[in-house]
Amino acid sequence: MKTRFLVMVLTCVGLCSVGLAAVRHSDARGGFRLGVFEPPRVAPDFALEGSDGSQLTLGRYTGKVVVLEFGFTHCAKVCPITLGTLTNVFGKLGDAAREVQLVFITVDPQRDDASRLHEFLGHFDSRFIGGTGSPAQLDSVQRSYGAVVSREPSLEETNYQVHHSSSLYLIDRRGRLRVLIPFGTSADDIVHDINAVLRE
Amino acid sequence: MFRLRISTWTGLACALPGMLACAAMLLPVNYDAGDACFEIPKGTWARRRAGEDLTVLPQQIRLFSGTNLVLRNLDDVPQIFGPTLIMPGQALKLPFDRPAEYQFMCTAHVSGQMTVLVDEAPTSMASRLRWRVRAFLQTISRS
Repeated sequence: MKTRFLVMVLTCVGLCSVGLAAVRHSDARGGFRLGVFEPPRVAPDFALEGSDGSQLTLGRYTGKVVVLEFGFTHCAKVCPITLGTLTNVFGKLGDAAREVQLVFITVDPQRDDASRLHEFLGHFDSRFIGGTGSPAQLDSVQRSYGAVVSREPSLEETNYQVHHSSSLYLIDRRGRLRVLIPFGTSADDIVHDINAVLRE
Repeated sequence: MFRLRISTWTGLACALPGMLACAAMLLPVNYDAGDACFEIPKGTWARRRAGEDLTVLPQQIRLFSGTNLVLRNLDDVPQIFGPTLIMPGQALKLPFDRPAEYQFMCTAHVSGQMTVLVDEAPTSMASRLRWRVRAFLQTISRS
């Protein structure tokens, strides 16, 4: 009898512990799995030359969720991986992808013009849009988001690498910067947080 | 009746250490390891600008995977942390799910750099129990 009682108590404690832990873990980031800004701030707007030939502004996508990336088309290590993951993300989002826009802002204005961006992004998903501008314009956008960019010293004028922040920024329908997506995040985690923003 | 009560209390007294041990083994470490919270105090930028050698954050922060780093900027100016800006009054809660050493650019540090060391969280029941006993003993020795 005593043994049965003990087993019952221990089982209850075990189940309660696991339940509590699950509740606590799911609440820990307020429904998000990735980096969260609290309170959110308005994402800085910009006016750049879009890869679709029109002016690219953030305001153009008010009402949509925006995934913002800084990168360049000659990037060998980071951008192809991130864009591959985002292609996967858009596939997983299904119909909801219509409410999401990827904006890829170049950190290499010397080599990335609008047509080069259009061609490059088309290899991943034709819905992705790129933005370019003068070095001063792009520098201002990078600074406003806190993105860090540095060109690797090279004697060659056209063969060089650019080091740049590899995180993505998730902006909600109201144009507020909500989530920081670190490099290497799985497509499932990105989809989870995009859906969390879409549901708001 | 009296006999039954005694045996119930004895049973509970015997079960209590078992319950605690059970909880210590079953609960994931992030249940009580919690978030690592740090604040950049108001006036940090101004005091640095005035030439003060001010340390407001540790150079290295150690976390378990599955926990969050929370940085709150109470200063009057935006602070760069990694690839983003933390605005005055804003906090960034950043999860670390993979054990590794992470380097961040951080304007709140004199060196401009911060290291986050993420260790694998104990996952086996025995290692969770060991970690909690060690944490408990450390708390006692500190107090």
